[in-house]
Amino acid sequence: MTNKKLSELKKISLNAKLLALEGIYNAQSGHPGGSLSATDVLTYLYFEKMNINPADPDMKKRDRFVLSKGHACPALYSVLALRGFFDTAELKDLRKLGSMLQGHPSMHEIPGIDMSTGSLGQGFSAACGIALREKREKLGFRTYAMIGDGESQEGQIWEASMFASHYKLSKLTLFVDFNKLQIDGEIKKVMNPGKFEDKFAAFGWHVQTINGHSFKEIEKAVENAEKSNQPSVIICKTVKGKGVSFMENNAGWHGKAPKAEEYEKAVAELKTQLDALS
Amino acid sequence: MEKIATRTAYGNALKDLGNKYNFYVMDADLSSSTQTAVFGKSFPERFANCGIAEGNMASVAAGIASTGVPVFISSFAMFATGRAFEQIRNSIAYPKLNVKVCASHAGVSVGEDGATHQCVEDISLMRSIPGMTVIVPADATEAYAAVEAIMNYNGPVYLRLARLATPVLFEKDNYKFEFGKAVALKEGKDTTIFATGMMVSESLEAAKILEKHGIDASVINIHTIKPIDREAVVKHSDGKKRIFTVEEHSIIGGLGDAVSEVIVSESPRFITKIGINDVFGESGKALEVLEKHGLCAEKIAERIIAELKG
Repeated sequence: MTNKKLSELKKISLNAKLLALEGIYNAQSGHPGGSLSATDVLTYLYFEKMNINPADPDMKKRDRFVLSKGHACPALYSVLALRGFFDTAELKDLRKLGSMLQGHPSMHEIPGIDMSTGSLGQGFSAACGIALREKREKLGFRTYAMIGDGESQEGQIWEASMFASHYKLSKLTLFVDFNKLQIDGEIKKVMNPGKFEDKFAAFGWHVQTINGHSFKEIEKAVENAEKSNQPSVIICKTVKGKGVSFMENNAGWHGKAPKAEEYEKAVAELKTQLDALS
Repeated sequence: MEKIATRTAYGNALKDLGNKYNFYVMDADLSSSTQTAVFGKSFPERFANCGIAEGNMASVAAGIASTGVPVFISSFAMFATGRAFEQIRNSIAYPKLNVKVCASHAGVSVGEDGATHQCVEDISLMRSIPGMTVIVPADATEAYAAVEAIMNYNGPVYLRLARLATPVLFEKDNYKFEFGKAVALKEGKDTTIFATGMMVSESLEAAKILEKHGIDASVINIHTIKPIDREAVVKHSDGKKRIFTVEEHSIIGGLGDAVSEVIVSESPRFITKIGINDVFGESGKALEVLEKHGLCAEKIAERIIAELKG
């Protein structure tokens, strides 16, 4: 990855974070923490990796992405809007009555959303279904999905992991947004899932662990995943609330909207990071 | 009279339609019971066993359907609609995906397996989900025809099937399944029995017994419980002081309540709901268990005579 590209992706990600926070602030509702930890991976996928066409969001051969941790949709909506799937002005109405931008992703209302998600554990299974059809009929696309670390407490995640491995869904790549926090606190205190690496390896997956905020590491891992004959999981070590100092590593910001003063401070911090790039 | 289980007709229909349509079939380790194995053997490239993981199966099916093909998923009614209820609601119904939940072994006619496997709440559960269509075929002919009908309908459907072989009421050659249309099998002036599933044949037999007691009853087959044929419910209730519903399901939330909802708002009169009276089933031979719960022609007739006298 060239330095120019790296700088571009960083800028897009910061802009997406600003838009996501604006939507959450306007709605006074939403999930900033897990949106900010996931934004870099989403930015990489939609701006660098996936075969998609914003002018034809339902293109049959498009790569698919399923945000199984649907509550992080402010980040996904912002990335989709910046990529041209819909007007960024829509983001201002996030979670408001009559808005297409539902509190959790709804595939029929929103261009670019490949699966309705929100109830944890289910989106990952749906991604397995998409990948199975692709494999059976050689439709010619890859399927990506992202789960939260806390989401792995749902038994369905492991049912789906077994399924993907059994059917050798090698064109399925899963990201685990490992930000170590969930609503009630530290994941290892609420319900420790143990080592993701060992768990997924035991289920027959190709496993990599990376810094989920490094575009270079994301790129390398995604490329490695393509060489695997098995489904591939990329465990992304991330920081909940990444980019906003007072939100970072704080479970309290899982599902809380910033007040005016907090919002202004968050915007100022993100803009400072943007300025440093230009 | 020839007896065939609706699940058998389901398996045969899937296999026969396999060359005509592109669709997928999934099961959760019960393919030899639900009869999806019949399809699986002929079309392994469009069949996927999910193992004993019904919730995962429902969401995987949603994913497959999102790519543009219908998907039929099967298990026992208890696990398909109970275990996977929330996946059906959120992964399938909310996004309006083209998944057909076709569950066998519904009701107490499962028999020996007992209460844990006798689902008497499935119609109620599925009927409450926005946009869900609920179909309960009365016999094998109707089940066979219903499979192609739902294949040609784009959206989520619940198809309720049974384990027990029951009388074949309709001739295959002449039978046309009309989505959402109630079918009057017998018309009588004194009362009306609205029945669904295998209780249609029992209700026809009950009507014969009633005739001997001087009661002339209509028997209406409600194969589509949602959306229910409101016009037919009103029409066949007209002029009757009391009407009856008969189903192999809890009297809470099933056919009885679906008909009651129409009656209360459009054609008020007395209604008696014959079904499972808010209790669990138990082990026994299917016909014994059905009889214990009053779901055989003789008991249905007895109940109707008593209610009409009182």
